[in-house]
Amino acid sequence: MNEVSASDDGDDIPESGHSHQGVVETQPSDDEQSLIEARDVSVVFDDQVVLQDIALQITRGQTVAIIGESGCGKTVFMKTLVGLVRPTRGEIFFDGEGLHHMGYAELTQTRRRFGFVFQNAALFDSMSVFENVAFPLRQSEVVSETVVEESVMQHLAEVGLPRNVAYKRPAELSGGMRKRVGLARALILKPEVVVYDEPTTGLDPIMSDVINELILDTRRRYPVTSVVVTHDMHTARKVADRVLMFYPRTRLDENESQVLFDGPPSSLEHAEDRRVRQFVRGEAGERLTELAHGLSG
Amino acid sequence: MSDSANSHYSTQKPESAFVRWVNQWGSAVVDGITTIGDMTLFTWKMLKWLFTRLPCRGTVLVNFYQVGALSLPVVALTGTFIGMVLAVQSYAQFHAIGLDSRLGAVINSTLVKELGPVLAATMLAGRVGGAMAAVLGTMRVTEQIDALTAMGADPIHYLVVPRFLACILLIPSLTIMADFMGIVGGYFYSVIILGIDHAAYLNHSRDGVTGFDLFSGIFKSVFFGSTIAIVSCYRGFNCEPGAEGVGKAATTAFVYSFVLILAVDLFLTIVMNSIYYTIYPNGSSFL
Repeated sequence: MNEVSASDDGDDIPESGHSHQGVVETQPSDDEQSLIEARDVSVVFDDQVVLQDIALQITRGQTVAIIGESGCGKTVFMKTLVGLVRPTRGEIFFDGEGLHHMGYAELTQTRRRFGFVFQNAALFDSMSVFENVAFPLRQSEVVSETVVEESVMQHLAEVGLPRNVAYKRPAELSGGMRKRVGLARALILKPEVVVYDEPTTGLDPIMSDVINELILDTRRRYPVTSVVVTHDMHTARKVADRVLMFYPRTRLDENESQVLFDGPPSSLEHAEDRRVRQFVRGEAGERLTELAHGLSG
Repeated sequence: MSDSANSHYSTQKPESAFVRWVNQWGSAVVDGITTIGDMTLFTWKMLKWLFTRLPCRGTVLVNFYQVGALSLPVVALTGTFIGMVLAVQSYAQFHAIGLDSRLGAVINSTLVKELGPVLAATMLAGRVGGAMAAVLGTMRVTEQIDALTAMGADPIHYLVVPRFLACILLIPSLTIMADFMGIVGGYFYSVIILGIDHAAYLNHSRDGVTGFDLFSGIFKSVFFGSTIAIVSCYRGFNCEPGAEGVGKAATTAFVYSFVLILAVDLFLTIVMNSIYYTIYPNGSSFL
């Protein structure tokens, strides 16, 4: 998968302050509350179809968990939401505006309305924890160092990290601490949407629950819309009010939707689709037979 | 696998060696053209940032320190040794025809025109280029570059422009250092070890090097510096996943930089020679 060269939108040039050809598509949505809309989004890397015709809406204030087995395209979908990956077809709308019709400056401003918690925190190795958390603030506006320090310390305290952690390097932190620093960095600009990529992967059960509580706490503290990509069912049940289950495109019939489930977490156990129930219960089912015959990875 | 699939494979004619050969070469050519196009776009984006908004002083200074200050000792040391090696290699030939005292002219001219700039660039490609590709590659693999974009910072502006500036602005100093230490090394070996007359050596040394030679070497070094920065940053940005991908990015950054340095050197030497003989048809110079 050649994600970078195929679709990375991070290398845009700083020429246009507005949309390409001066046009910004507006979303003619019936639902006024819809903050994010994916309209028939497909992403293809080289010859591999990762996402096909994904169409869904996320309402303002909702916490949506996207579940699914490895390779089903949930992380790619999440990066598409933030404009890190450009859809091969289709369009993402954020607050009524087409993300990939935006010019560089507008897209940069829109990205600052998102907070992104990466799977392994993606903290900058060359900076201290303080500099990492302060980075978005320093990038976005001219603020005094006093304000930066106050804000950084407040956000570190909110995720339960002591002051002395601020002057450590990311390499000196445990996995749980790194995730919490990543969360503090994502929240420092008070984003409207927080996107979590596998927030509990690689953590012990206690620290996983601490992260789950922080996600809930963030929602209580700020009026955020959250998108949580996970395959931890405990996290999905605990934090989400809506669950979407993706399925690898390669293992679906031609006319089947890639989103196998879209509903509240309480309905997961009783989902009509057998594959959803198997995933929720953690049962290999026919996957064992498939793997034995080498039909699918 | 189904029976129909089996029968499909069994009836398929195997590719001939020639078709495979054409296929491999064709795909290598397409990959090469794609990489050149991609690298050109990468350079274009970097240049646009360079002329529209410079990065903050903090990020630039760190790179200046990495590229300049930390490279200085190794460039000086290799420059000294190469000057001495030139003396060792040339002495026998010059001694045989009784032109020992002219050794300085040859050593200094070779150093200032060619070896100094190329040596400084090679050391920079090895010490800094590989490290740049490895650092940026690790940042790509660990999603730090995605994180920069997600936070509204442009990775090319934040990561590439400071490295490019550091390479093109500091390589002339490193070249001068390599030239100087090479000349000192050559002098030391020729005069102190081989016992060549000090005054004669210095006289001929002065005659052997012109101001144009010095300018030509420093001018070429700026192109070498930009080649190292662009190739290394590009390789880092397009790093394949995993530890192997980072290692490959660092290695290819050095190899491609080195090959391109020599190619650029050949091209610029031809150009500079043409300019020299246009300005000074009799071979004299302003010094």
